[in-house]
Amino acid sequence: MTTNVPVADVAVETSNEPTNYLNCKRGFWSWAATLDHKRIGIMYLVGVTLAFLVGGIFALGIRIQLWSPEGVMFKATSEDGLAGYNQMFTLHGAFMVFMFIIPAIPGALANFALPLMLGAKDVALPRLNLASFYLWLTGTLLACYSIITGAVDTGWTFYTPYSIQTQQSVISMGLAIFILGFSSIFTGMNFIVTCHKLRARGQTWFRMPLFCWAVYSTAILQVLATPVLGITVLLLAFEHMYHIGIFDPAYGGDPVLFQHFFWFYSHPAVYIMILPGMGVISEVVSVHSRKPLFGYRLMAFSAISIGVISFIVWGHHMFTSGQSAFVMMAFSFLTFLVAIPTAIKEFSWVATIWKGSIALTAPMLYAMAFLIIFSIGGLTGIFLGALSTDIHLHDTYFVVAHFHAVMMGSTAVAFFAGVHHWWPQIWGKMYNETLAKISAVLILTGFMVTFLPQFMMGSQGMPRRYATYLPEWEGYHKVSTVGAFILGTGFALMMGYLIHSIFAGKKAKQNYWGGATLDWKTQTPPIHENFDFDPVIESDNIYDYSFLTEEKKA
Amino acid sequence: MSHGPIVQTPTPEGFRPHVVAHHFHDANQEFHSVKLGFWLFLATEVMLFGGVFAAYFIFHGQYPETFVKGGEQLSVPMGSLNTVILLTSSWTMAMGVRACQLSQKKQMLGFLWVTLLCAGGFLVVKYFEYTAKIEHGLLPGSFWHPHGHYAEEFANVEWPNLFFSFYWTMTGIHGVHVILGMLAISWLIWQGGKGRFHSGFSAPVDLIGLYWHIVDLIWIFLFPLLYLVP
Repeated sequence: MTTNVPVADVAVETSNEPTNYLNCKRGFWSWAATLDHKRIGIMYLVGVTLAFLVGGIFALGIRIQLWSPEGVMFKATSEDGLAGYNQMFTLHGAFMVFMFIIPAIPGALANFALPLMLGAKDVALPRLNLASFYLWLTGTLLACYSIITGAVDTGWTFYTPYSIQTQQSVISMGLAIFILGFSSIFTGMNFIVTCHKLRARGQTWFRMPLFCWAVYSTAILQVLATPVLGITVLLLAFEHMYHIGIFDPAYGGDPVLFQHFFWFYSHPAVYIMILPGMGVISEVVSVHSRKPLFGYRLMAFSAISIGVISFIVWGHHMFTSGQSAFVMMAFSFLTFLVAIPTAIKEFSWVATIWKGSIALTAPMLYAMAFLIIFSIGGLTGIFLGALSTDIHLHDTYFVVAHFHAVMMGSTAVAFFAGVHHWWPQIWGKMYNETLAKISAVLILTGFMVTFLPQFMMGSQGMPRRYATYLPEWEGYHKVSTVGAFILGTGFALMMGYLIHSIFAGKKAKQNYWGGATLDWKTQTPPIHENFDFDPVIESDNIYDYSFLTEEKKA
Repeated sequence: MSHGPIVQTPTPEGFRPHVVAHHFHDANQEFHSVKLGFWLFLATEVMLFGGVFAAYFIFHGQYPETFVKGGEQLSVPMGSLNTVILLTSSWTMAMGVRACQLSQKKQMLGFLWVTLLCAGGFLVVKYFEYTAKIEHGLLPGSFWHPHGHYAEEFANVEWPNLFFSFYWTMTGIHGVHVILGMLAISWLIWQGGKGRFHSGFSAPVDLIGLYWHIVDLIWIFLFPLLYLVP
């Protein structure tokens, strides 16, 4: 049937260093037009880091403003009033959610590691993969354009009717999110197809590393939920341009319908953010504890069931928006269901570490920080899922602290755990581990100092999104601001030693951490085609570290 | 850099060979990967339109008379004509796919041309419908200003603008999909003329065929919901 035409190997070794995907081709276009999943992963890594930087600067701006009760940067008495503060927290939210957290782990880490873990030469649809990066770039530039043309002040949720009445830049921001949505959809489609069709010989579904399961479940959410966000922001843009009235009570529409549409996407989106983080942690705790993952199959199923349940809980964002009591009860009950697979994961990680040969490396420290903060984020979610307490806590700093525990303290920390874990494999260079450990401790401390006071003042009634506040909360806010700067210091330090290591880091040895999955079985850093052999998985025990003891003996 | 062997699919006489992308083992794996990806894309289309359909049903339940009255303003003959045109084009598309799989280049190009003409015909009919609606002022949201007897007809109807918001939004987004489909079919005709699609490599024709069927399917739902409001 097929005809095989052999081609001469044209690559010539130019230096002593073995050829790898980083040095096999050089020049701007070899990056800008690359179809290599590893290079696209690095482009994403650079992109999301810049978005994180922008979002982080806005975050520090917010915390500076809240240093004193009457506000530091924007004052009610000044000419422009407090409007600037609304823009600042909107842009912080929008950049962090749409441009950093959602694409961070799938775009940067999964792009690099997932095909390697499956023993594939690339993702299934490499052109689509590159397109997804450029869509991300276009969406991000459009979002920046919307900042220049007046910035949005609606909050990242764009609730109607306010978002219809406010400035025109809502249109360009909406279209930016539409485009970013397609970027996310394309990434998701790619990973689903890759998991289905490109697994290595002998690699059954239950011989995939758990990171692949987590990314697979995420991808299903990206593909099925994101189009609804697409149509929502499109209708919002039409609302702005033509006043079609679907979400506008002035024309017979229903603003609560917008909330339903928005959360139908944005609740699954919360899991688009956290699931890949859970996948990263699964890999990190296994490798750095030298133990197979506890309850592998249950972990795989819990990743999928978290994805499924996430589609039917969106109403818990709207307990005060006027739903029927029965609907609220149903949403509250379904919300509690998420706790089951989530707890399975948390316990499995702890059981994996238990009696393991634990190495307190930088990635492991980040993973430990994740386990602590994720527990806080998960348990405070129960207060918000329960109807009676949510009525009290809704739209307070308790909510802000809760979702930062999950998004920032868990997903972002898991992302950094993954970055530190795969760094030697990505670059073939090693960062300064002492500095890395210091920054991990700074970030954990900074997180606690920033957000624990927010839980407290939230439970006392401090509302979110206020530019000024009553003096009774001044102490909490001051502590929180100090914490934000500790966090900022941790991130700045991390950025410093990571960038330094690319240019002047020590050369990383082969399989730096001693991982057992296929992503560590190839050269460090991998060759362009990923493997110079045909990878085969022969055993169910994919986290088998016995080869390390044998290597030692030998 | 190591290269694997270059894999080509079997190519009938007079056609261009297709080289399987380097990261696939064989043409079969490539075809099924691309096909799965495309079905996922179609799922996103269903979810996207699903959103507007859900909104339609909610407001239809809220203001049933508005929707009945609004639906009466649309031309059932024109809508029916367009339904027939699109159904025909779906059939010619399916025949084109079959011709491609049998490596019958001439027939394939013929069927694709007919499909393209049908799509154009659909837009022409839509153009006449849209101009009539614009003339009568039956426009969405804030542009709503019915003239003459239309103003009287809608005098006692709650939020008549809302029905036309749905009419314009839904048919508008569908129309954009028709135009994109026409671009895709034109590309098939262009590349197909060069002999790129044949029994050994029919994926692009297959998949754009699928896309065209879903555009047709969405219209099958739009037509009764807008023109024959229950």
